[in-house]
Amino acid sequence: MRHMMTAAAALLAAATLPVAAQAQGTVKIGVISAYSGQFADTAVQIDNGIKLYMKQHGDTVAGKKIEVIRKDTGGPNADVAKRLAQELVVRDGVDILAGFTLTPEALGAAGVADEAKKLLVDMNAATAIVTEKSPYIVRVSLTLPQISETAGTWLATKGGAKKVYTMVSDFGPGIDAETGFQRAFKAAGGEVIGSVRMPVANPDFSAFVQRAKDLNPESIFVFVPGGAQPAAIGKAFAERGMDPAKIKIISTGEAVDEQAVKAMGDVSIGRLSAWHYDYNHKSKLNDDFVKAFNAEFKRNPDFFAVGGYDGMHLIYEALKKTGGKADGDSLIAAAKGMKWESPRGPIAIDPDTRDIVQNVYIRKVEKVGGAIVNVDIDKVENVKDPTHGRK
Amino acid sequence: MLPPIFGVLFDGIAYGMLLFVLSVGLSVTLGLMNFVNLAHCAFAMLGGYTTVVLMQDLHWPFFATLPAAFFIAALASIVVERTLYRRLYRASDLDQVLLTIGLAFISVAIAAWFFTTQQQPVDMPAYLRGSYQFFGLNIGVYRLFLVAVGVAVTAMLIMTVEHTRFGAQVRAAVDNQRMARGLGIDVDRTFAVTFALGSGLAGLGGALAIEIVGLDPSFAFTYLVYVLIVVSVGGLGSILGSFAAACLIGISDVAGKYYLPELGAFLIYLVMVAVLMWKPAGLFGRR
Repeated sequence: MRHMMTAAAALLAAATLPVAAQAQGTVKIGVISAYSGQFADTAVQIDNGIKLYMKQHGDTVAGKKIEVIRKDTGGPNADVAKRLAQELVVRDGVDILAGFTLTPEALGAAGVADEAKKLLVDMNAATAIVTEKSPYIVRVSLTLPQISETAGTWLATKGGAKKVYTMVSDFGPGIDAETGFQRAFKAAGGEVIGSVRMPVANPDFSAFVQRAKDLNPESIFVFVPGGAQPAAIGKAFAERGMDPAKIKIISTGEAVDEQAVKAMGDVSIGRLSAWHYDYNHKSKLNDDFVKAFNAEFKRNPDFFAVGGYDGMHLIYEALKKTGGKADGDSLIAAAKGMKWESPRGPIAIDPDTRDIVQNVYIRKVEKVGGAIVNVDIDKVENVKDPTHGRK
Repeated sequence: MLPPIFGVLFDGIAYGMLLFVLSVGLSVTLGLMNFVNLAHCAFAMLGGYTTVVLMQDLHWPFFATLPAAFFIAALASIVVERTLYRRLYRASDLDQVLLTIGLAFISVAIAAWFFTTQQQPVDMPAYLRGSYQFFGLNIGVYRLFLVAVGVAVTAMLIMTVEHTRFGAQVRAAVDNQRMARGLGIDVDRTFAVTFALGSGLAGLGGALAIEIVGLDPSFAFTYLVYVLIVVSVGGLGSILGSFAAACLIGISDVAGKYYLPELGAFLIYLVMVAVLMWKPAGLFGRR
């Protein structure tokens, strides 16, 4: 038995030695995402963004080889994300934590990043508080208040609506969206005539839509998570004869994403939304991005993909600035105030909050040459998250 | 003008019909054959993907894909029944649960592999879209169609089980298998056909569900909860029970969301608890 133990120890030592030596020239990124379960598609698209960036820019930066280790949380599981973050830091020795499909995952891993002093790049999770959980967290995706308050202000001013009914999913991001939208809409002189919070697991929207219709509102604000629900609620509007041409229906981007408008078809025409990225956004950079993305993955990128892509850009550029030093303090210092041109337009990292600053586009679903797409009709430039520092 | 309660009833019944078509097969296999098939919604998902592939890639009209969804799901279930399930007919409930839940997980992974994790959009024909106005009520065309399908399926099933030779064989095989075999009934075949019928209906339900609730690989699990609620509230093995339970669950879901949105989707669980406390075997359950 003792011989076996010694042999095993020797083997282990032999196995770890080359890794330790190699680690000099490697920066490891631990990606924590919900690769399986209901949110699998989100994680897949973030990952596609990561893969495309690494394919275009190589896997070596500032003399360091980039190695990505992927871990699956299976869904919004804070405890699993925390355990995976610990494993990644302690056992795999990663230098950077990234990914985070959902807010609970980011919150779960935040403590680990804080204690281990590792840079954490939030590539999607959009609840405002995420970046406040540790000084090592930086976000490249979006915050819900950033989008929904912009939507509220726009609708009440340029959108020309004075009364609104709000319909949101009854969970963290939905409540964030509702609070933000109503606050901004009221501040701009509008009136909220009613609101409903719908269960997150909600297959049939007919009853909620009927409730909204009974009040005959001038406009409606919608927030539902991506997936099956955008098309389901869109069809429920159409079935009840609520035409976006007569009632202004404004939402965040998920509710009119590519799959949703495809499934809804013509009845989605006229739907308004406030969002930070769409594959149909017109710019040279985005055209190239969409083309490269399609060549690689045979589908269009979405805001998840652009989050993964920009997240990798931030990591690469930060490493260039630090000359390959991958400790949390150096990297976060390098990330603060970083500005670059993303496929979604000019974006920056707010040096005070480490949160994303970006344009919010107001879009309208239109038929362009037979295809139903979101077309930018207005934009609000350099929007910061409005909730940081607000009490 | 009719008061909104009629609209709520109509929407609830239409949603209930969808649940009925999805769940009646499970009720039959569970009640008649004592087999716990938690992979039931995987067959529904197969039916859904059949419709999507036929409509998108081969440009079949929606109606033509419905029988195809039924047959493909039925065919797949025969293969699974012959190779895997029949070995476990006499096994414990736990063994059956472990096997079938495993199959459901596998089906999710297979669907994600072939069809990716994206939502599958389908383009319904124009005549199934939109709605009629009926004394101020809003009657969705697709929902009306669902009600028609639900009623037709119920009538056909009751006719088959109660009034045909095959139905008599099924009932005999369930009541006393040895006696049925002794009388020359091919019990294995009867069960296989029953099972295929149930899974085929699930496939049809999956195809019909896309327009209302969408389709992605998590379908096999998302609807399992609702289907199990309908089966347990209705009573195992009872077609009319499933029908009544599906209507009850559909109506209470829609009514709950309409009148008490704060309670939202929770109401159906309350209804389930209340029914099962009153009748532990379900509304029409025999044991």
